[in-house]
Amino acid sequence: MLALALACPTAAQEVTVPRSAVAGTDVTLSTTGSGKADFYLVGPGVASKSKVSLGEEIRVPGDQLRYAGKYLAIACSATCNSGEFFVTAAQPASLAFLVHPSRVPARQPDAVSGVVLLFDKFDNLVVASETINFQVKGANETLFSRAISTHDGEAWFRTSSGKTAGAVRLMAAVGDLSAQRALQQVASEPCHLRIKAQPTAKGIEVETEPVRDCAGNPISDGTIVTFTGTDPEGKISIDAPIKGDVARAHMKDAEPVVISAACGVAMSNELRIDLKR
Amino acid sequence: MKLFLIIFFVAATVALIIAGLYQTPTASADTVGITSGSSLLAPKPDTPDRALTLFLQDMQRRNWRKAFGDVAQANGVDEQAMMQEWSGSNGSLRTFSSLEGFQLWPLHESNDDAQIRAHMRWSTPVGPVEEVRDFGMQRDGNIWKVVFSKIEVPATPAQVVPVTYLRWDLVTGGESGSWGSRNVDAPRVRIISMNAVDSAEGTVIVGEVTNEDTVPAFVNVNATLSDEDGKVLDEESSFDRIAHILLPKEVSPYRIDFPGIPLADVKNVRMDVRPALVPASADPVIGVINQKIDKDAQGNSVLRGELLNQSGETVNIPHVIASFYDGNGRVIWVSDGYIDRALVPLGSEPFAVEIPRSLAAKVQSYHVVVNHYDLKNS
Repeated sequence: MLALALACPTAAQEVTVPRSAVAGTDVTLSTTGSGKADFYLVGPGVASKSKVSLGEEIRVPGDQLRYAGKYLAIACSATCNSGEFFVTAAQPASLAFLVHPSRVPARQPDAVSGVVLLFDKFDNLVVASETINFQVKGANETLFSRAISTHDGEAWFRTSSGKTAGAVRLMAAVGDLSAQRALQQVASEPCHLRIKAQPTAKGIEVETEPVRDCAGNPISDGTIVTFTGTDPEGKISIDAPIKGDVARAHMKDAEPVVISAACGVAMSNELRIDLKR
Repeated sequence: MKLFLIIFFVAATVALIIAGLYQTPTASADTVGITSGSSLLAPKPDTPDRALTLFLQDMQRRNWRKAFGDVAQANGVDEQAMMQEWSGSNGSLRTFSSLEGFQLWPLHESNDDAQIRAHMRWSTPVGPVEEVRDFGMQRDGNIWKVVFSKIEVPATPAQVVPVTYLRWDLVTGGESGSWGSRNVDAPRVRIISMNAVDSAEGTVIVGEVTNEDTVPAFVNVNATLSDEDGKVLDEESSFDRIAHILLPKEVSPYRIDFPGIPLADVKNVRMDVRPALVPASADPVIGVINQKIDKDAQGNSVLRGELLNQSGETVNIPHVIASFYDGNGRVIWVSDGYIDRALVPLGSEPFAVEIPRSLAAKVQSYHVVVNHYDLKNS
């Protein structure tokens, strides 16, 4: 493109281009001089050649100007002349709303972030400033609500997660456009792990009390609780998953045994059991 | 002269044929690839080690009938039970294994009985597995027979085991939908410890990794060694020395071997853990009981214990991975071992994993995790 432009010395005919144009809309260029000329339009996603008459207006249809960016219009007869113009994005037609993470522990500072990118109907990034209304809602609380202007086509926020485990809805809206995402707020690290045991016909049934985080949220099912027993025969360890807030393990032990449990960073109380007594 | 040559070659041929009839390989490695058949005029089992050699060769060839003929009948073992114990059942590792070779070490011999230690090498899909087993021998007239002690498997009474396990399925969204509407993050997984150990074979990276998320994770740990010029020496993964599927808050040891690279040549170790979302199940729960550090028959330190299947599902190939800690709680070694018998519902199986002699004195505590491979999920 540049080589073509440089190869064409400045001539009598001139191409007058608009200062800017909007993607997808027709543009009219004016030329001076007379006679026939070749007209070249080079830009993002387009390179076309057509015959034009100098001295008349050249109409460039909107479907050749779908992509935002710099365009070069060149008219060549005996010599060539050119003009540059910019095509900007049209009105916002869609918004991309990216949210991170998809699972977040409760009560974590600055743990949730979202970013909106605005696009027109031709998927050009809309760099003109727009105001986005963000809202983050937990089960029983609004975690975040703010209007933020886009800068260079994007607007973002960061906020803390809420106290309660469950689904969190995140919404972003501009004009008639809106997008909604959901993330899962999960319990944080277990807090106050306590265990209890009872003898059965087959040994000892040991189970935790309901395992919760410090805000009282039940720890997710499937989380592993490691039960450890120490008796004169050696060590016993059982990795048992939490189900319905409680993890259970069965130890076939007739000897005196000391049992404890751990889950993540939480350690339980210690139980000393002697079935022979 | 011609007649002499003819007589010579005929005599030599007959002599070689006769020698061949009496030939029994003494080194077990010679019999690899022979699946059946035996010499017509096999030597008599007139010594304990020859009797055991013949027995093991017959077992190696899966010539059960002949092997059973080498067994002393006094201890009530039947041929079917012997065959089942030797060749495995329930899709265990043993069912995919074959005896590659063995070495015998006499332990004790009197006029009527003897004891011989057999060091057996099995070839298995997970690599060679060593087994040390002591065989009792009994004199029976002028021959010796093997006292094949049947491993007693406690019979689990018929019962209904309620299956209430948790399962995670993974739903992968289609291609449609707007950008950002179908994002599900990979699980949060963290390496919580790493230690580089200089072993006789080279550098070994050991440590532990945990799943900090609320969903199961498939985990693989990689390590890259580089020298002081920043040149990469080698890159390896934990391969099977890790429990790949980690449930939430589960911790797995890992071990990465770099054979032939001394630790002195290593300046930097770059660790990389790669988690992925996978469908998983919380079943079966396998307890590890009676864990203690002990000495094996050869005087090596081993961690022994028993696996107890607490579910109603057969675990085909149990795999034990143990991490050993020093007094500061630092992981100093990771050992693993496959159990060659399946873990039947509510049944138990013993295990033993070795601790290197150089580190045995430093071990203060340990942690065992049980990995498992199931035929129906493979």
